Amino acid sequence: MSILVNRDSRVIFQGFTGQHATFHAEEAIRMGTQVVGGVTPGKGGQIHIDRPVFDTVQDAVTQAGADVSVVFVPPPFSADAIMEAIEGGIKVIVVITDGVPVQDMVRVKRYLIGHDAIIVGPNTAGVITPEECKVGIMPAHIYPKGRIGIVSRSGTLNYEAVEQMSELGLGVSTSVSIGGDPVNGCDFLTLLKRFADDDETEAILMIGEIGGAQEVEAAAWARDHLNKPLIGFIAGATAPPGRRMGHAGAIISGESDTAQAKMQRLGELGVSVVQNAAEIGKTVSYSLK
Amino acid sequence: MNIHEYQTKELFRSYKIPVPEGRMAHSANQALSVAEQLGGEGWVVKAQIHAGGRGKAGGVQLARTLEEVQNHAEGLIGRRLITKQTGEAGRLVNRVLVEQIHQIDREYYLGIVIDRGTQRITLIASAAGGMEIEEVAKQAPEKVIREVVDPAVGLQDFQCRKVAAGIGVGGKEIGKLGRIMKRLYRCFRDNDALMVEINPLVRTGQGEFLALDAKMSFDGNALFRQGDIADLRDFDEEDPKEVEASGHDLNYIALDGSVGCIVNGAGLAMATMDAISLYGGRPANFLDVGGGASPEKIANAFRIVLEDPNVKVVLLNIYAGINRCDWIAEGIVKAMAELTVEVPVVVRLAGTNLEAGREILARSGLDYIHADRLSDAAEKSVEAIGEVVA
Repeated sequence: MSILVNRDSRVIFQGFTGQHATFHAEEAIRMGTQVVGGVTPGKGGQIHIDRPVFDTVQDAVTQAGADVSVVFVPPPFSADAIMEAIEGGIKVIVVITDGVPVQDMVRVKRYLIGHDAIIVGPNTAGVITPEECKVGIMPAHIYPKGRIGIVSRSGTLNYEAVEQMSELGLGVSTSVSIGGDPVNGCDFLTLLKRFADDDETEAILMIGEIGGAQEVEAAAWARDHLNKPLIGFIAGATAPPGRRMGHAGAIISGESDTAQAKMQRLGELGVSVVQNAAEIGKTVSYSLK
Repeated sequence: MNIHEYQTKELFRSYKIPVPEGRMAHSANQALSVAEQLGGEGWVVKAQIHAGGRGKAGGVQLARTLEEVQNHAEGLIGRRLITKQTGEAGRLVNRVLVEQIHQIDREYYLGIVIDRGTQRITLIASAAGGMEIEEVAKQAPEKVIREVVDPAVGLQDFQCRKVAAGIGVGGKEIGKLGRIMKRLYRCFRDNDALMVEINPLVRTGQGEFLALDAKMSFDGNALFRQGDIADLRDFDEEDPKEVEASGHDLNYIALDGSVGCIVNGAGLAMATMDAISLYGGRPANFLDVGGGASPEKIANAFRIVLEDPNVKVVLLNIYAGINRCDWIAEGIVKAMAELTVEVPVVVRLAGTNLEAGREILARSGLDYIHADRLSDAAEKSVEAIGEVVA
């Protein structure tokens, strides 16, 4: 098992015929992902990288049985594409696009209510279940299959953690990057709950950042409900207050937003806290004993 | 993106949000003529910089005579104002806002933010105007009134009445204040704002509400559809190196340490800075080269980092996903050929096309310090500074 995506997932790309979507669709196919086509309005009926192109998400769902979508549509049109996927019946929507206006995401989240779909991103490296399904831009070859579930904000810090873990012989059940935006599709808690119910996930690594309270909320839930080890890291201990550190969400706007404060709260809530990013792998390994 | 107070107030005027009569001036003479035209019996001269805390730093001056207006403007324009938000260097004052003063009866706080908890636009109000809302929230959280807006229908009248009641406004003023709240909400929503703050919102002796001070910031991701707002950007208020970096599509923030950092991805960049500090060093900057970094981009990153005279070592840490180690390596070779690099360079590469990248570096004959891991990279950078000093 795994969460969100597996070998049965039927994946489409929105903005399919664009350069980046094409490259990453090919990479996904190479790893064995079932890519069943893509959507580019106006190009319906064409064939692209041996897969059908549809005009609408609806068509991709009814004609190709799509249930997962990877969105590469540029920022001005991303919200529309996400809502089209929600309405079309897609269950997992992974939004790679960086630069989606915040208020667009506020409206998208409102639209999501009452629909049975989960949004990952925007501004995310995506989701991977090793050897089964890759819906994102991460290098698949660094992710060995295993029993650790990962949920992170950052993509590259996620890679860093995976490398440290694999040196110690630890692999990944599913890895999800939720993205660096302040209003994002799904939070740490949503994914923690999914991992809690996944038999193949033995322990969960949560890699957060300065800003917001999502990591602490997730840890508070975990204290009362999670029966698996939870390991946590918060990046940004050296970040100055009030400055946006790359990710729009990574900004210290109050005392509870600092890395130190968040790590302390995580520790109090029973999380195995990693103090040094170079020791993520070691801490995960230790917590399994 | 932030804008100046006078710009926020001009935007408010276009939404019929009441603000004091006033105009911006570039010089003392201009300030004098603004005050003359405004008339009245007193004026306030306010330094226009993006940082807060101006009042306590002497950036807001009251004038009873036209001569005083001129003197205050003279004293402020061209001076570096140091507030608790500017750091020691302060911020150069290029303009002032001259406004009529009003008799103040009560002060309130009114703001709108995108709340990360509810992920919705949220109105915030308090009867403790003039105080920082963070302070009020800490000392007396029950005095901070919050009202979450459903994006499907927008801010409703009943919500405005609730907020008004919550901060002790009654009678005919409920309607007046409600209109201001709804206009402020529209102003926020239409312009893709991230934050707007009126502090204080005052009730004058005549029973009118006025936005005495106003602050607003906007979503950089939405500027493609907010051309008028984008035009308000004041580059003088930003670090010139950060502006230059953003021109090269690099995300750079200057800090005060000595380890120059070039990293891909915001999370890894922060974690690298943190690791440097754990090994006893201090990062000179945050720099995220992003995905798909070309050799030119890496070369630009090197140049920007090396322009900082405090930099005693450069640490390049790239975990290539969409990036490619061979391109990164080419960028390093290019940068070190074009620039005079007098400090040690520590290189840690990982991920896509790692072997090809290592080969390019090995063949180039460059003098650099190789690191395999993040811990290695941080430790060797800090050690390298020790050698430089010795």
